[in-house]
Amino acid sequence: MTLHEDALRRASSQGGWDRRTLLKTFGAGAVVMAGIPLLAACTGGSTPSGSAGAKTLTFGSGSSDEVPKAAYKAVTDAFEKKSGVKVTTNVVAHNDFQNKINTYLQGSPDDAFTWFAGYRMQYYAGKGLLAPIDDVWEKVGANYSAALKKASTGADGKMYLIPNYNYPWGFFFRKSLWAEKGYAAPKTFDELKTLCAKMKSDGLIPIEFADKDGWPAMGTFDYLNMRLNGYQFHMDLTAHKESWDQKKVSDVFDTWKALLPFQNPNALGMTWQDSAKSLADKKSGMYLLGSFLTQQYTDKAVADDIDFFPFPEVAMEGQDSIEAPIDGLLLSKKGGQNQAAKDFLAYLGTPEGQNVYAAVDSSNIATAKGADTSKFTPLTKKLADSISGAKNISQFFDRDALPAMANNVMIPALQSFIKDGTVDVKNLEAQAKSLYAAQ
Amino acid sequence: MSVSTDLSARGRDAVAAPARRVRRLSSRDKVVLSIMVGIPTLIQLVLVWIPTLMSVGLSFTRWNGLELTDIKPAGVENYQFVSQDYPPFWPAVQHNVLWLVFLALIATPLGLLLAVLLDQNIRGSRIYQSIFFTPVMLSLALIGVIWQLFYNRDSGLLNFLLGTSGTPQAVDWFGDSSVNIWAALFAATWRHAGYVMILYLAGLKGVDPTLREAAQIDGANAVQTFFRVVFPAMRPVNVIIIVITVIESLRAFDIVYVINRGTNGLELISALVVQNLVGEGQVIGVGSALAVILLVISLIPITFYLSRAFGKDKEA
Repeated sequence: MTLHEDALRRASSQGGWDRRTLLKTFGAGAVVMAGIPLLAACTGGSTPSGSAGAKTLTFGSGSSDEVPKAAYKAVTDAFEKKSGVKVTTNVVAHNDFQNKINTYLQGSPDDAFTWFAGYRMQYYAGKGLLAPIDDVWEKVGANYSAALKKASTGADGKMYLIPNYNYPWGFFFRKSLWAEKGYAAPKTFDELKTLCAKMKSDGLIPIEFADKDGWPAMGTFDYLNMRLNGYQFHMDLTAHKESWDQKKVSDVFDTWKALLPFQNPNALGMTWQDSAKSLADKKSGMYLLGSFLTQQYTDKAVADDIDFFPFPEVAMEGQDSIEAPIDGLLLSKKGGQNQAAKDFLAYLGTPEGQNVYAAVDSSNIATAKGADTSKFTPLTKKLADSISGAKNISQFFDRDALPAMANNVMIPALQSFIKDGTVDVKNLEAQAKSLYAAQ
Repeated sequence: MSVSTDLSARGRDAVAAPARRVRRLSSRDKVVLSIMVGIPTLIQLVLVWIPTLMSVGLSFTRWNGLELTDIKPAGVENYQFVSQDYPPFWPAVQHNVLWLVFLALIATPLGLLLAVLLDQNIRGSRIYQSIFFTPVMLSLALIGVIWQLFYNRDSGLLNFLLGTSGTPQAVDWFGDSSVNIWAALFAATWRHAGYVMILYLAGLKGVDPTLREAAQIDGANAVQTFFRVVFPAMRPVNVIIIVITVIESLRAFDIVYVINRGTNGLELISALVVQNLVGEGQVIGVGSALAVILLVISLIPITFYLSRAFGKDKEA
């Protein structure tokens, strides 16, 4: 063995070491990369905020679509200008925002964030994850109707939500078709059935219906339950203070059965967009859906031809209750200590703040009294009147009930009801019992 | 240059080793080795085993996903709920079984047939291979769009070809719960056959051509040659295909999910797991119980595969 060989060997093993170092670094890198999703999951993807100073606030927004996003941007800009407070907005894709709300609220949430009224708001309020804003309501409460106030209240009687806008559910139809055939908006359930029979004999699908996605059918259930058993019963049932296994509930389905032959028989294969097209094509007489339906009609001739009537009276409370999901702002527990965040909510609770929002996003209806209605189309005005005239506002089943109840139980139950007209209320109760107990 | 010296050095070590009884691994080698083994093990542990064990644990609890102190023991209640009160569960089990039978009897043989045909050195074989394999590579969203174009009730190609498009007789491929499972199975076959085809093509190329020649000299016809000689010679591939078919049918998910999220006649266990564990309808206990059930069923083919794989190692 020569010295030369030895030196070469050392050099080559040196080279080997280098390769190993490389591998090690690579391995460490892999671990770090594998760890990133875990860390992100821990923090819920939110960024820590400096809410200690009263002159800044963070705002978490699930309004990720272009128009609402721009609308909230306009609101924060206007608020910054007015108050000198610096607002940092974190926009999250709205499905993600909704799905991750649990981890979001437990991690380091923003001071203020977008959410909606109903069971889910009351649930997080009950868990102490939200800050009550009674002091803000003292300032802006006069801007809201009694029904909106009720919808913004937690189970403990404190206020939690500042409503921004809402959109009603009801029957939409084409004016020109109705004028041509001489139909009139029904006031009672019997009139509705008579009208349906007439439409059917005229070769139309009386009530357009789509339930491939599972949720649209909940609107029919909500209205029938409210009209048959009253608003309070509907709220108690969705919060599972009432049992599903009782005559009142099976009555709802029995009543619905009378409408089923008039609803589009192909509903289970259709999305609401398909149904919207069918209504526009005058293949069907009317369509029970939220007013977001009108966003589907980009052709102005069709859009101007759409009219609305509220769900007819069935057994009690007339047409007092309306289904009109409310979107607005909440304060996280931490945000409750930040006066600037409270001021921000108060600002959105004024006609001034809501006008700024509505100027950009005009597809919804501002909730504050005195908000600008001069740009409303006749239809929007009608929709707004139907809400302001209502004594009770429900939020749609998936907001009023436990989300698991809505998604995992009601969707399959309603789809099988649409298919064969039967529903097992005993089983609904068994599932509800188990799911609500897990909360 | 350095390579050759390296080799000669290693040769010398090997010769010297038995005599001197030295440890072949230096301490540095040990560190490197333990890191190289340790890191993948750690990743596996953190990303696979710990979540698995946590799922098993959580399946015996009730939890709202908020505070850890909210976790309440629930015994086997979640399993009871799934088997007795949860209507989509048994249809989902049936659909998974149907899925398995369909893939095993139709899709996998179809893939084998394609492989055999394309192995015949026909013109444009490569092009056909690419065409049949493309579905395997497509993303979930794209598959959804493609089958929507075919199956849509009013504007889909299929009803158009049947001449029923726009009429009341049109078949509602996605919405009719007695039809949509077959529509989904057809789409699944479209993917699975391509996958099986590629694996069998590789297997066929690996079969020693002298076996065929010998069979032909012995007077076997093409069918006999294939079933008596070639097919048994592909035993390792066959085992993999069986396992893949079983696993594919258990984790079948994407196609039903893009159609209607696995409801209304398209229930599958995997879709129910997702429904219960991810997103707003989260019920951690029930979702975990469903996941554990799926895991236990999956363990059967996995164990089968591993025992075959390790058994073969022992033989060799």
